[in-house]
Amino acid sequence: MLTDDISRYPEFMQTPQGSNSLSSSSHTGASRRHTPKASMGGLYQRAIREAFVKLNPRTEVKNPVMFIVWVGTIVTFLVTLDPNLFGTVQADPAQQRLLNGLITFILFFTLVFANFAEAVAEGRGKAQADALRSTRSDTIARKLLPNGSTQEISSTELRRGDQVKVVAGDMIPADGEVVKGVASVDESAITGESAPVLKQPGTDIMSSVTGGTRILSDELIINVTSDPGQGFIDRMIALVEGAERSKTPNEIALTVLLTVLTLVFLIVVATVSPLANYVQAPTTIAILISLLVALIPTTIGGLLSAIGIAGMDRVAQFNVIATSGRAVEACGDINTLVLDKTGTITLGNRLADQFIPVNGHTVEEVAQIALAASVFDETPEGKSIVILAEKNRASVNFKTADATGVEFTARTRMSGTDLPNGKEVRKGAVDAVKGFVRSRGGVVSTQLDEAYERVSRLGGTPLAVCQDSEIYGVIYLKDIVKAGLRERFDQLRRMGVKTIMLTGDNQITASVIAREAGVDDFIAEATPEDKIDVIRREQSEGKLVAMTGDGTNDAPALAQANVGVAMNSGTQAAKEAANMVDLDSDPTKLIDLVTIGKQLLITRGALTTFSIANDIAKYFAIIPTILQQQGLVPSISCSLKVLDRQSFQR
Amino acid sequence: MLQGWIQIALTLLIVLIVTPILGGYMARVFFGERTYFDRVLIPVERMIYRLSGVRSQIEMTGWQYIRAVLISNLVMAVFVFTIFMFQGVLPLNPTGLGAPTWDTALHTAISFVTNTNQQHYSGEVTFSYFSQGLALGFLFFTSAATGIAVAIAFIRGLTGRTLGNFYTDLVRSITRILLPISIVGAIALVALGVPETLADPVLVPTLENPTVQQAICPCPLPILKSSKNWAKTVGGFFGINSAHPFENPNGLTNLIQIVAMISIPSALIYTYGIFANNRKQAWLIYGMVFGIYLVFIGVAAIAEYQGNPAVNVLLGSQQPNLEGKEVRFGWSQSVLYAVTTTGTMCGAVNSMHDSFMPLSGAVMLANMFLQIIWGGQGTGTAYLFAYLILAVFVTGLMVGRTPEFLGRKIEKREVVLTSLLILLVHPIFILIPSAITLAFPDQLSGISNPGFHGLSQVIYEYASAAANNGSGFEGMGDATLWWNLSTSISLLAGRYIPITALILLAEGMSRKPVVPVTAGTLRTDTGLFTGVTAGVILIMGALTFFPVLALGRSRKPFKLPEESNL
Repeated sequence: MLTDDISRYPEFMQTPQGSNSLSSSSHTGASRRHTPKASMGGLYQRAIREAFVKLNPRTEVKNPVMFIVWVGTIVTFLVTLDPNLFGTVQADPAQQRLLNGLITFILFFTLVFANFAEAVAEGRGKAQADALRSTRSDTIARKLLPNGSTQEISSTELRRGDQVKVVAGDMIPADGEVVKGVASVDESAITGESAPVLKQPGTDIMSSVTGGTRILSDELIINVTSDPGQGFIDRMIALVEGAERSKTPNEIALTVLLTVLTLVFLIVVATVSPLANYVQAPTTIAILISLLVALIPTTIGGLLSAIGIAGMDRVAQFNVIATSGRAVEACGDINTLVLDKTGTITLGNRLADQFIPVNGHTVEEVAQIALAASVFDETPEGKSIVILAEKNRASVNFKTADATGVEFTARTRMSGTDLPNGKEVRKGAVDAVKGFVRSRGGVVSTQLDEAYERVSRLGGTPLAVCQDSEIYGVIYLKDIVKAGLRERFDQLRRMGVKTIMLTGDNQITASVIAREAGVDDFIAEATPEDKIDVIRREQSEGKLVAMTGDGTNDAPALAQANVGVAMNSGTQAAKEAANMVDLDSDPTKLIDLVTIGKQLLITRGALTTFSIANDIAKYFAIIPTILQQQGLVPSISCSLKVLDRQSFQR
Repeated sequence: MLQGWIQIALTLLIVLIVTPILGGYMARVFFGERTYFDRVLIPVERMIYRLSGVRSQIEMTGWQYIRAVLISNLVMAVFVFTIFMFQGVLPLNPTGLGAPTWDTALHTAISFVTNTNQQHYSGEVTFSYFSQGLALGFLFFTSAATGIAVAIAFIRGLTGRTLGNFYTDLVRSITRILLPISIVGAIALVALGVPETLADPVLVPTLENPTVQQAICPCPLPILKSSKNWAKTVGGFFGINSAHPFENPNGLTNLIQIVAMISIPSALIYTYGIFANNRKQAWLIYGMVFGIYLVFIGVAAIAEYQGNPAVNVLLGSQQPNLEGKEVRFGWSQSVLYAVTTTGTMCGAVNSMHDSFMPLSGAVMLANMFLQIIWGGQGTGTAYLFAYLILAVFVTGLMVGRTPEFLGRKIEKREVVLTSLLILLVHPIFILIPSAITLAFPDQLSGISNPGFHGLSQVIYEYASAAANNGSGFEGMGDATLWWNLSTSISLLAGRYIPITALILLAEGMSRKPVVPVTAGTLRTDTGLFTGVTAGVILIMGALTFFPVLALGRSRKPFKLPEESNL
């Protein structure tokens, strides 16, 4: 939200504090660090063992389709032992036993394989959970007592509302909100980001801490916001482990269909027996069971839960923690994405794009002055000016050690350098620079206003550059749209997803960026309250809306949205309200999430269709075989014999 | 050969022309817009509402609607059953018939109230003029109107409207659709030579043995006849139904009857198009059903045209199979009639389905298993859309969104109801009683041809009951206690479970918020999706009944030589 607040005033040229260590927001997703590396060694051995453990009927009964197969396996096993168990079979017992044995083996393999698929998916989740859990050693917390003294207790005894004190080197015992102190915290355990993050109270983004992260310097007083086992990491562990996996709405509906289909085939196969007996073509129980197993939708039935677990895992691999599978699935249904401009669509920092000279100066002169004014500017804007100036063959022609940097302040809205030769170079908002020049006795030409107009019309931010009373020109600061976004928005449009950009910029700037990024709609001069209004408006049209947010004032909108993705760098309130948390704090990832949600549904849908269509193919393979086995598929010679007999009788 | 195909083509052309006219008219009727008969009918309807105490303006909820259907149908069934049991003392009984057995009366009452009109009796020797004319004639209209009312309520719900009022829809279906068409049809049939009289039976000497007198009842036919087809019932006064010259004297009456059977279920698809404001989709679905219908006709027609190989060997030349068919209709009219009557749940027959070639028999069974190749009066159209919902669910996930139909999400409740409706009712109420019947030979006394053909007869009987079709494979003595009671259960389950599910489904859909159509939405009004739906329909149908078909029908060709009574 900080960056957004600032972008509401295009005249502001740089972000205060040079802050936003969210440098991760600038990487577009190509190189994504994966949170605690999960060890996948021995995964398959464990999965094979699990596959057999899962043969326990109490586990199998949870999946009606596979339970039918399970029962079938037991029955065929029994008739392998004694082929005449359910009535005398005409065929040679030894041959019958071999056939039944083969059927038993195939059915058993079907069961084990379905279990194996599920075990592998679960195994991956578990491995990830174990990796997370390793960060979560039982720590000693210093609980702050009302009288000001501290008491050492185990972190598991902490309750919501307790206050704890942590000092450098400590592990933060629970999720909480910083109430006092300033300290840097290493959050690499959960984010993979190695650079420490500054934590201090009241700063909205900076005040929330996560249990399991380590404090590197100073000390903090933290107000615990979650009970043990309810904390952020605990929820993460439970989710990736699949322990708390509740079925998603589509999964439930699909299970219903599969159960009904199974029931239908059970009736079909059960009734085949008396019908076949009636026409003197008795079938054996083993054949009927293999017919049943072939018909029931085992493909999708066996893999349904594996797909669900894999879906959560997929999201976790993207370094996003979803609070439920439902949320992941809802991503696929999203109709509208509400995106903040800053950080999501643009890089978040404006970069120098062009020098526009005024008052008869040359581009090189403007570059020279701009460079001089920016040598002490550590902000991305400042650095981009240096790079652009050097491209224009400007160089620093004074000793930087003797010069003094002038910091940006909200009051002056300028920054610059006092050169060793006494000259003052400044760059800043055009109005501020005009004031500076006038105070030094200079005059402001209309050329400056023209340049200002031109840059504004292009949607850029103009910065005026001056040395003492002389204005040299204007730096055109441009919002840089992240690479490849346009293509992704096009892709989203084809998927039927509408994108709405929210920005604090004025109408002109917003429209330029919107056009450049290729979003469908934009809202300029937006306040945080506008966010929730946009979401409500879209929802009233029956659409599902996804958004990202990080500030406390985003929380209502995150809760209102169908899919709310909170940035890990955001406040506890935002994380509580959201149904997903992005550990990388990369808002662009929302677009990936839509794709993952869709892929999850597509995989499930394709398998369902395949499974049912496959049943048809099996029918045509099995029915003739069964009939042939009974010697009932007629041969032509047989029919001819009958005809011969009849013509003979005539 | 060519003449036969032209007859079929001409009939289908007439159906195509009738569809938009009748469909548009029905939409006007159920939207409550001004129609042609307003001046006469509005006072009549008002009187009916006042006499019956129906508050016609009140919108019903799903359960209220279901209750209205069930209670009104129960009252009608009890009323008709009572008439049957007392027909001996009631007027218009020239042949002096006594009360039928209680189970036959019960089965007949249930059969007619469910718009099935399956008959386990021969009309002229079991029921009096009074029973047939008043009791059954009354049910022809009310049962068909019940079906139409349910279909309209279903369409309303599906398109996001309230369900409406059952009694109003019932009355309107009768006064504005069934009665006008039946009256016109009756006049046409009388003009074409179907007798209408209440006169005593005529005694004539038989051809074979002139000393034996045969009583022929001319009976009050046309009005019944006309409503029979439009109101989709067998209700044949004569045991052999529309094959009898009094019921269906010539090719033109045959044509009128076929058009009568198809016109309402096909026009209802068009009515849906108007309600959904998507005529393109309506025509696509129409085209799909029409396509399957054509394939079925083609298969059956070719099978019949090629004739019975065993007979052909004896004749020394290839001749169409005319066993059990009326020569005045020939193979083409008989095939068209048979495919139509099984597909539309009409159940009237103009030939003996028992004597058709095995492949044609399989087509007839498939018609009843699917129930949507035009389908029953009203309910068939509703089934069609339930299939569409299932197709959307099965294939819709593949576009990566929660499947939606007409902008409404298909979720657990919808899947439960449609899969119950489409997938479960039939196996339970066809296969299970068939299996029981065949497992206990005590009950088998009625099967005339044991073996594969007997199997088909039994399956056909229960399929006909559960699909509310009513036609019989015949050749089976089915007027026994077992048959009457077991088919009654299939009749009731095949009628009221789906109606309940349909109404609940429609109500649930109408309450859902509409998701706007975007580029990512799976469009249901494209040729591709319609093709997929056809696939889902055939697969779902085949999955359930292929083993049975394989055991019964498909094996029959090989057994033919032994079976045909040469």
